[in-house]
Amino acid sequence: MVRARVAKAGSERGVRLPSRPGLSDMAQTITSQKNMTFGEVGAAAAFAALAVLSIVVAAKAYTPEYAFHAYLFAAGSLWAVFKILDRYYDRPADLPPLEIAGKPNYSMGPVRFATVAAMVWGIAGFAVGLLAALQLAFPVLNLDLPWLSFGRIRPLHTSAVIFAFGGNVLIATSFYVVQRTCRARLAGDIAPWFVVLGYNFFIVIAGTGYLLGITQSKEYAEPEWYADLWLTVVWVAYFLVFLGTVMRRKEPHIYVANWFYLAFILTIAVLHLGNNAAVPVSLFSPKSYIVWAGVQDALVQWWYGHNAVGFFLTAGFLALMYYFIPKRADRPVYSYRLSIIHFWALIFLYIWAGPHHLHYTALPDWAQTLGMTFSVMLWMPSWGGMINGLMTLSGAWDKLRTDPVLRMMVVSVAFYGMATFEGPLMSVKAVNSLSHYTDWTIGHVHSGALGWVAYISFGAIYCLVPWLWNRKGLYSTKLVNWHFWISTIGIVLYISAMWVSGILQGLMWRAYTSLGFLEYSFIETVEAMHPFYVIRAMGGALFLVGALMMAWNLWKTITATEAAAPEGQPALVPAE
Amino acid sequence: MAYEKMTQDGHHGPQVDAVSGVATTGHAWDGIKELNNPLPRWWLWTFYLTILWSIAYWVVYPSWPLVTSYTKGLFAWHSREAVEQDLAALKTSRGAMMDKLAKASLAEIESTPELLTFARALGKPAFGDNCAPCHGAGGGAHGYPNLNDDDWLWGGKLDDIALTVRHGIRAGDAEGRQGSMPAFGRDGMIPRPDVEAAADYVRSIAGLAVQPKADVARGAKVFAENCAACHGEAGKGNRDLGAPDLTDKIWLYGSDRAAIIEGIWNGRGGVMPAWANRLDDTTIKALTVYVHTLGGGEK
Repeated sequence: MVRARVAKAGSERGVRLPSRPGLSDMAQTITSQKNMTFGEVGAAAAFAALAVLSIVVAAKAYTPEYAFHAYLFAAGSLWAVFKILDRYYDRPADLPPLEIAGKPNYSMGPVRFATVAAMVWGIAGFAVGLLAALQLAFPVLNLDLPWLSFGRIRPLHTSAVIFAFGGNVLIATSFYVVQRTCRARLAGDIAPWFVVLGYNFFIVIAGTGYLLGITQSKEYAEPEWYADLWLTVVWVAYFLVFLGTVMRRKEPHIYVANWFYLAFILTIAVLHLGNNAAVPVSLFSPKSYIVWAGVQDALVQWWYGHNAVGFFLTAGFLALMYYFIPKRADRPVYSYRLSIIHFWALIFLYIWAGPHHLHYTALPDWAQTLGMTFSVMLWMPSWGGMINGLMTLSGAWDKLRTDPVLRMMVVSVAFYGMATFEGPLMSVKAVNSLSHYTDWTIGHVHSGALGWVAYISFGAIYCLVPWLWNRKGLYSTKLVNWHFWISTIGIVLYISAMWVSGILQGLMWRAYTSLGFLEYSFIETVEAMHPFYVIRAMGGALFLVGALMMAWNLWKTITATEAAAPEGQPALVPAE
Repeated sequence: MAYEKMTQDGHHGPQVDAVSGVATTGHAWDGIKELNNPLPRWWLWTFYLTILWSIAYWVVYPSWPLVTSYTKGLFAWHSREAVEQDLAALKTSRGAMMDKLAKASLAEIESTPELLTFARALGKPAFGDNCAPCHGAGGGAHGYPNLNDDDWLWGGKLDDIALTVRHGIRAGDAEGRQGSMPAFGRDGMIPRPDVEAAADYVRSIAGLAVQPKADVARGAKVFAENCAACHGEAGKGNRDLGAPDLTDKIWLYGSDRAAIIEGIWNGRGGVMPAWANRLDDTTIKALTVYVHTLGGGEK
């Protein structure tokens, strides 16, 4: 029984012991003795210690919600210890080789997991977004339940789509792209799995925390101190796995997509640490206090918040663009020089732009000026990515007619261009005085989030799934076409409704009568938003329907019986 | 594959892309190559332009932090001063009417058409921002009085309304309105059957249908002993105490039997804030006149 399991595990990892005499001979000479690796011992011990600590915290926790989270940590840690040991007993004495017959032995298990997780979280996040949109149009839909109130649903939606959906897309694609473009197996044995599973555990803690009312009330950084600490550990592991793989590369140069991934991972680490500097009330309390105060706290928050947009949602997804568009279009990247210049300009300028979120506040005027001017200077560096994405299509434009996946990615680059023009425009103080605090901001965010981030992610996932599961192609290209059109109509409804509603709102707020008094009370401006909120919810519903069609399509692709070498991406080795 | 059209194969050394005729950089990653196109001129020049514009903006406006100060810009522009200027301009646009409004009595405002128009223009958005969340656009909601009708709990004359707005109802302001409906049932003053009988009696004096088994006579006795002190012998209410008229068709918390029993059992005591500390006196006067002229103001 055990032997059978070993053989099965061996063949799953691409080490075909019986069928390859040469390899099995080699394996036998080397595998005289089976030992736990340093990583296995260390990780198992660390998780065992975490399990004990979590149980103590759960027993002494000040609130039942925190005790629930501590039990989750305990259960997760015990499961991790069990899996590490189980995996050790099942695995052959040698770790999977870095290369088989001179070709890299890619590690695609974590990539597959993150790809599926991205799709699952994506649908959950879009559905919660739809609920939030409907609640704004029809407040009765909070059903008088505390955990469904708008204040908890909204961060659940933003975190689910940005960090759960977007984060898993970034981890999946970065682990895929870095291996393929470096011709090297992922660094670490357990580490890549720790990154993927640990990150998704963070998502569970964050999401359940919002519903239970645990929050530190910092936008896009709502999870409390213990979730932040956990994410820090996971993120450092992510950085090391990525960097270790890059250092192991067989290519003389580092591909541009990997520069963007590295900038994203490194900067997010710095932002996360800076913005979440907090002092917990107690080990047994979920509550903490941020060390920054007043306007300094606001500035640190938006330095973080805007660079979450800049490095998570822009740099990270530009990395996707730099791999999947040339790959899918089968064309060389338009300009190497442009990629260098716009990369360095983008990362240098983005980090300054945060203060534009705090125009006309207590933030000193000089900081507002810098935030605005650096945002304006950011316009062209952002567009460098758009030019490189679109111009890569030159010579292959005809493919847009027949390939809805490529069309989706090209439209995403167009939305990226639109959103990165709108952003600098809205950062100009005169424009901001009209747009700030209105739905225009929501429209802007969603033209970037739905149009750019989600579309480039959908395109990448449509490419990845047949590659990862060794399928000839997608189950249905027609269904991708339907997904494209339904969700595009959804995005257009969403964005145009928010533009009209936002500008209307801004104009109503500043309207004065001839006698010098406000023309509208606030409540009248809220009433005026209602029809646009309904249209926005309709747009969101269409977007969700498209994503459900996508999930169905991917499910049928993965469960299809025939397995074949995928088109355009020959599998180098049997998948792990 | 397009790459096969390239002049050379292999990993190293620049090649020429057959489609565009542009050389590559000579590297390939997982089959992806890069063309060696120059930066688009329009892109570069627009980038330079945004940098120049930013530098010019830094010269004109406050921009770079120094050790203890910051560069003030050519005109020493300051956002706080800009707000002050805006507010001054707004004040100018309102002209002398604001001073007249501040000095005039409530009665004078109503009798001077020009002042009345001005006061209502100020009162309308002030009402929307401060009063409408509870009272609605004037229509009221469950537990919040309708201000369009002529049924007043605490009086509908200008001075009555002004006092209610300034000092509130049960808001902890010593000069405000204080009366409250006790929790007769919950606090053990009236047993449950008597509470129900009193509710039936109240419905009967309001001209509403009473349950067939209702003991109205017992209810009348309970009412006389407990309720009449505030609501009056005939249930017509008492404005000094804010006790509502129970015989009319207007019900703050609803007229069904259950709602009335709930009121007698648990009491009632809605709160209206005292606005004297939140709004300036001229705005309160404008609000008073606005509410008074909504439809039900008393002379």
